[in-house]
Amino acid sequence: MTPESELERELREHDAAARLHWFDVDRRGFLKTLGGGLLVCLCAPAAPAQAPAGESGRDGLGRDLPRELAAWLHIGEDGRVTVFTGKVEMGQNIRTSLAQQVAEELRLPVDAILMVMGDTGLTPWDAGTFGSRTTPTMAPRLRAAAATAREALLDLAAQRLQAPRASLVADGGRVTDPATRQAVGYGELARQLSKAAVMPPGQGAPLTPVAEWKIAGTPVAKVGGRDFVTGGHRYTSDLVRPGMMHGKVLRPAGFQATLASLDTARAAQMPGVKIVRDGDFVGAVGPDAGTAQRAIEALGARWQVPPQPSNRELFDYLKQHAEAGDSDDAHVVGAVEQAAAAAEIKLAQTYTVDYIAHAPLEPRAAVAEWDGAGLTVWTGTQRPFAVRDELAEVLRLPAGQVRVIVPDTGSAYGGKHTADAAVEAARLARAAGKPVKLVWTREEELTWAYFRPAGVIEVRSAARADGTLVAWELHNYNSGSSAIGTPYEVANQRIQFHPAHSPLRQGSYRGLAATANHFARESHMDELAHAAGIEPLQFRLQNLANPRLRAVLTAAAEKFGWGRRKPGPGAGFGIAGGTEKGSFVATCAEVEVEAGGSVRLRRVVEAFECGAVVNPNGLRNQVEGAVVQAIGGALFEAVQFENGRILNARFAKYRLPRFTDVPPIEVVILDRRDLPSAGAGETPIVGLAPAVANAIFAATGVRLRGLPLAPYGVPRFQPQGKAAVS
Amino acid sequence: MLRDRLQLTGTKYGCGEGQCGACTVLLDGRAVRSCRIELSAAAGKQVTTIEGLERDGRLHPVQAAFLEAEAFQCGYCTPGMIVAAVALLTAEPNPSPEEIAARLAGNLCRCGTYSRIVAAVQLAARAMRQGPAR
Repeated sequence: MTPESELERELREHDAAARLHWFDVDRRGFLKTLGGGLLVCLCAPAAPAQAPAGESGRDGLGRDLPRELAAWLHIGEDGRVTVFTGKVEMGQNIRTSLAQQVAEELRLPVDAILMVMGDTGLTPWDAGTFGSRTTPTMAPRLRAAAATAREALLDLAAQRLQAPRASLVADGGRVTDPATRQAVGYGELARQLSKAAVMPPGQGAPLTPVAEWKIAGTPVAKVGGRDFVTGGHRYTSDLVRPGMMHGKVLRPAGFQATLASLDTARAAQMPGVKIVRDGDFVGAVGPDAGTAQRAIEALGARWQVPPQPSNRELFDYLKQHAEAGDSDDAHVVGAVEQAAAAAEIKLAQTYTVDYIAHAPLEPRAAVAEWDGAGLTVWTGTQRPFAVRDELAEVLRLPAGQVRVIVPDTGSAYGGKHTADAAVEAARLARAAGKPVKLVWTREEELTWAYFRPAGVIEVRSAARADGTLVAWELHNYNSGSSAIGTPYEVANQRIQFHPAHSPLRQGSYRGLAATANHFARESHMDELAHAAGIEPLQFRLQNLANPRLRAVLTAAAEKFGWGRRKPGPGAGFGIAGGTEKGSFVATCAEVEVEAGGSVRLRRVVEAFECGAVVNPNGLRNQVEGAVVQAIGGALFEAVQFENGRILNARFAKYRLPRFTDVPPIEVVILDRRDLPSAGAGETPIVGLAPAVANAIFAATGVRLRGLPLAPYGVPRFQPQGKAAVS
Repeated sequence: MLRDRLQLTGTKYGCGEGQCGACTVLLDGRAVRSCRIELSAAAGKQVTTIEGLERDGRLHPVQAAFLEAEAFQCGYCTPGMIVAAVALLTAEPNPSPEEIAARLAGNLCRCGTYSRIVAAVQLAARAMRQGPAR
């Protein structure tokens, strides 16, 4: 798959299915404010003819994308290094890992690098922070920019010091001639340039080999970490602007609802309150959030909500409302039917995944402020430029008059791609004539955000009696196509994604459909292994050639003691592995199923490999966190809904993983310094659910084929030698 | 009150139903969910927010331990976690990992840094037992 088509797919899957709303930046000024110094601009690669999508010129929806710069790196006359990137920090630690890689190339400490991120008024255009793309795509560009700057500084220093260039050493913000011990600072060199020198990254600027990394590849502490432990960091929801008011929006009584009638009289009389109405969009602005909320509650609104499906008939609904699917879209190799007909072992099973919520602890929030120059919106989003464009479109402004600034955000997990709160705050602020802050409530977040797609996955397979996999057919309805293929060696395959009409608004979620597809595939592989009477790890390895996936499976099994340890009474072990977005994961889980059927995770071992590791501490944190997040989707998280209403839109009813749900998690990192670094924010999440399902089967003999596996315990479970517990 | 009037924004909104712990503050040394506390219930009592833990530019040992263990990702739950951990260590200076998990189970970390938080609380417990009384 080419990088372009991969990005195209990403953008398609990452675009939330529907907007919640119905209805060229001038950088020259900015360059002036930078003053003199050295500026390296990374031009986006020229678009190939008929480029399919993405960074090469058009996005997945065919809209023209600006052909701009990928990033800027500036060295000021004071020697300060500033890097400008449209990526955003939301806990995944790229503010640190990107700074490390720039620091490495410029031979500077990390704290000498200022990262300006996710500000459409300051940073070059960027598609968004998603798809584990920062490390494989943005980091190499920043490294190239930094290496270009370093080489330019060496050129300048050779002139200045009248020294042979090859003998000069750049380190710690100075270029030194070892022979004379003369030195000159980066800032002084930059000052020699009368104006910002714009240069493309030189092809010749050598990148520091990974084997020689001193700053990159080490566990550098999180940049700005102190502000997080003091409460000093200002998230969007903490911002205050002069004269700022607080907004609330009237939410419909259900999805697809239409406003039948509205009586604003009582609310409009409340002191300090302004009611804003524009069609079915109704909001209130008040001096504080409580007043605005009381005004909303005082609105006499009646809604008409059409009948809609519920989660009880969800999977039938998705099958019935699936696109038939163009056979051109299917991945077909060999002849599945013929191969299956001749095989001794045949299996067909259906797996399901429910909708789940991202539930970022910081809900959607935005602060919007209008002035003579246009609109500025602070908001936590993964796609500041897409939000800018959406604001411009719905508010009918030129994009150049909209600036979106993303404070480091209280997490997103794929759930903050859209402009929902930003658009609402902007509309309210325009009507109020004052800056407006809007913070979604938890209930709003769990209702009006979008969800991870639910899905139905049908797998048919066949193997020879010796366990050789010969046929593999997989159909995924609605959940998505990420990691839909199989990494195992199978001569005959038919694999197809069938989009369907989703009863709920859906969009990207950490790892996209890779979680669902791994759950189906790795559960089914386990079922096949048992059908063939072959030990599950052995069965995988005997059908697997990919050395990187073999390596993580072997590493996880070794650490876990797979094959050496025996589970205790009521316990079971499960294993699963896979790959997506250039990284490889294997997970071993130990579960204990108590007499009443409730499942306790006792231990998790996860091996992960994503090429050369940039920050081992940050990576471990990501892998552990992904495993914890996966526990919720694996065992108990599910959105319940009926007739356009979410039935469990509160934390008291939507259960998330807590301290007491988390077992000891052992992470094994395979650092492949000989391979390019891949992203690591997503793929570590995919292995846990099938490992747990397989472990529950090992413990109980009950095969669970739906996520979440056991929100109310293992059904049909009868502990041996004990009476069933009601 | 804390966030909008006093602009003590280290105390976070997470759910408004006392389920996530992002808004945890100390009321006379006890950890409470500020989103569930009426102003009248705090009258005459000492309220300590995350902003009140740092003294003369020196981090509280629990803050220092969270920083050292890097027991956060996005950091949004961190102030509530730290305040809850301060109350925990006041009541129980030497908690086991299981006790820490049980006592902090009302605080959510959606990024899943729980094991690091347990390690940070243990680190802080050691520092507070060895260090000078505050």
